[in-house]
Amino acid sequence: MADTAQPIEKVSIIISRGSLEGVYPGLIMANGARMEGIEASLFFTFFGLDAVIKKRMNDLKVATVGNPAMHIPTLVGAIPGMSSFATSMMKKEMEKLDIPPVAEFLTMIHDAGAPMYACRATVDMFHLKKDDFCPEIDGVISVGQFYEMAAGGQIIFT
Amino acid sequence: MATLTVGGKALELDADGNLAHINDWTEDIAREIAVQDGIPELTPQHWTVINFMRQVFMKEGDAPSIRRLTKESGIDTKTLYQLFPKGPAKRAAKIAGLPKPKGCI
Repeated sequence: MADTAQPIEKVSIIISRGSLEGVYPGLIMANGARMEGIEASLFFTFFGLDAVIKKRMNDLKVATVGNPAMHIPTLVGAIPGMSSFATSMMKKEMEKLDIPPVAEFLTMIHDAGAPMYACRATVDMFHLKKDDFCPEIDGVISVGQFYEMAAGGQIIFT
Repeated sequence: MATLTVGGKALELDADGNLAHINDWTEDIAREIAVQDGIPELTPQHWTVINFMRQVFMKEGDAPSIRRLTKESGIDTKTLYQLFPKGPAKRAAKIAGLPKPKGCI
């Protein structure tokens, strides 16, 4: 890296997908940012909200259909149990790398000093209440508030 | 190659500014690196983290992840970030005389 490059000091990470492979990259990047001393916040929107809904956060699944990178035919991916199987395989591999389950990871990232927000529009659309979310969610905010909070940093959409 | 001078002795540093040779490390050097890094005093909790990191590194060749650090050293995540602000894994490794941790977690 060039010495002249401005170091990244702040990131606002948006998590918009609710599959296991859709949620983890954002969490890993947020945690990694905090580990490097970079200010980080997380914004959960659309199906990404599943990662912070108490009843759903521990049941996120790997998408085995419509996911060409799985390298299995769509019809095979659609067989009942395939998604659960792929999910448990991936969770096992992640545990080996010391990547925590979603709930534990959220606590860890929040304790590391990264605030977390739910998207107002999605919360209204899905008729969700504050009570549906894990305690790490610091608030339900609008897109405008998100941009205000992201000021001066980089925005990463996942 | 950059060096760090502690007690009149010049110690070789790697590209990240960490000690190039882990056997050069002493507790006095740890205190000196900490001061230069903005941590004026190493408390017993700092030492718990530093010693745990060295112990894992000697055995396994890489520093532990933050998750393992908090689980096995007994220092929780919040405290860890207070002890080593601006990046606990990286800074604790530096003070412990270890190379920058390789892991992502």
